[in-house]
Amino acid sequence: MATEAWEDSLSGHLHSKFVQAILKTESFRGQPFAETTPDEFHAVVAFLRDDHAFDYLCDLTAVDHPKDEARFELVAILYSFAHNRRVRIKTRFPESFHPQTISDVYLAANWLEREIFDMFGIQFTGHPNLKRILMPDDWQGFPLRKERNILDMDQTWVQNHLGIESGQ
Amino acid sequence: MVLNMGPQHPSTHGVLRLVLKLDGERVKAVECVIGYLHRGVEKIGENRTYIQFAPYVDRMDYISAVSNGLGYCLAVEGLIGVEAPPRAQIVRVIFAELNRIASHLLWLGTSALDLGAMTALFYCLREREEVLKIFENYCGARLTTHAFRIGGLQYELHDTFEAETRAFSEMFKKRLDEYDQLLTNNPIWIERLKGVGVLTADECKSWGVSGPMIRAAGLAWDLRKAQPYSGYDQFDFDIPTRQGADSYDRYLVRIDEMRQSLRIIDQAIEKIPTGAIMAKVPKVLKPAPGEVYVSIEAPKGELGYYIVSDGSLHPYRLRVRPPSFINLASLEKMAVGALVADVVAIIGTIDIVLGEVDR
Repeated sequence: MATEAWEDSLSGHLHSKFVQAILKTESFRGQPFAETTPDEFHAVVAFLRDDHAFDYLCDLTAVDHPKDEARFELVAILYSFAHNRRVRIKTRFPESFHPQTISDVYLAANWLEREIFDMFGIQFTGHPNLKRILMPDDWQGFPLRKERNILDMDQTWVQNHLGIESGQ
Repeated sequence: MVLNMGPQHPSTHGVLRLVLKLDGERVKAVECVIGYLHRGVEKIGENRTYIQFAPYVDRMDYISAVSNGLGYCLAVEGLIGVEAPPRAQIVRVIFAELNRIASHLLWLGTSALDLGAMTALFYCLREREEVLKIFENYCGARLTTHAFRIGGLQYELHDTFEAETRAFSEMFKKRLDEYDQLLTNNPIWIERLKGVGVLTADECKSWGVSGPMIRAAGLAWDLRKAQPYSGYDQFDFDIPTRQGADSYDRYLVRIDEMRQSLRIIDQAIEKIPTGAIMAKVPKVLKPAPGEVYVSIEAPKGELGYYIVSDGSLHPYRLRVRPPSFINLASLEKMAVGALVADVVAIIGTIDIVLGEVDR
């Protein structure tokens, strides 16, 4: 990705407040983003809300990079009404890592984290009600992981619940 | 008592299931069970080319397919660094506003029906039909229009487009006043909606609620003004707001929004520029590696697309930020303490489309 450096007062504040935790601050097509260590993700998001008025979580989602050791990328898109601007906060971690929930910072994260768990199988620690939201509760597998082929259904579920041989 | 409502219930606007915990008529807790319409839209996106995926977005919020298409086209255009020509931008605005009116009309008709006001449904569908006819004359489809292409418009405008749109605008202004007379001061309507489903501005922010709901809570926030796209900054219009943050104010905001949409349409139809309808876009779309988040003000709130490209023919990750899904989450807060009958009113004024909630 052909990124540019993101340098303004906000990125400066992030670097000075989180000297170790902010790994990079860049921008692509004028949209700034910062990458943090997974342990400090919650603290960075809470800091932006409390000290910089990023009081609205537009979206929280994940990207799967199965070839990398740190395969999951968690992306929070924050918006500030006061400054009318968006930033993205990202973090990368391996499958064994369980990130801390941010549903205590933004209530909107409750369902969004459930969706990420449903689709990617990322376990959020401290989430009040972490269970599947779109797929059935007894479905096996996580559809948006890259190793899942689009035709690759949970055939056992289909046979048990729908009484047909295959959904394909 | 635990009461199961839906998924096959006329007032849930599709296949939404609610598990209500009740104490008499009072709701103690509510849990939404969703996913019945899940089709894996984001997974499909990773398996199609950028152009092939465009028709799929129409099928999320099928009530406002034009807005879905506009958001997707803008997102991909942002990724490849292309801007639609001026003629296409203005025409996009007209279609998006017509679609906003159609979406609000269907919302008004169906949620009035939930509350026992059957007449409104027939009036609203009668007017919505006129909008759908304009869409049909333009592209042959009424709901899943696929009206835009990445880089511009699907088709050149049909000859009667301007006359049809002007006639609709003329007619609809009067009809809106009729709705006002029918509902706005109707004591039953006020009784059912006033003070029901209150969600304050701060709560809206924390829940991520957008669109008419946050404007009914007093926050004049509209992406068409806050971060203008597709030439919205050329038009003179207001952001309707109310202070009550309840279902009744959401109704008033949507009625006012339809008036503002007419204002935009009237201005836009006067200044459609001549010229090309498509920018130069490669036949085979292979965006350079990168990622963008682009969002628009859809009729239901902030509709965003987060697209990650790895330089191949297919999006590496295509995330849709669905306004209905995130707005619906706040039901679990708003319904607590309400009566069972109020839950119907609250679902109605959130304005959800399950095709978009479940994707």
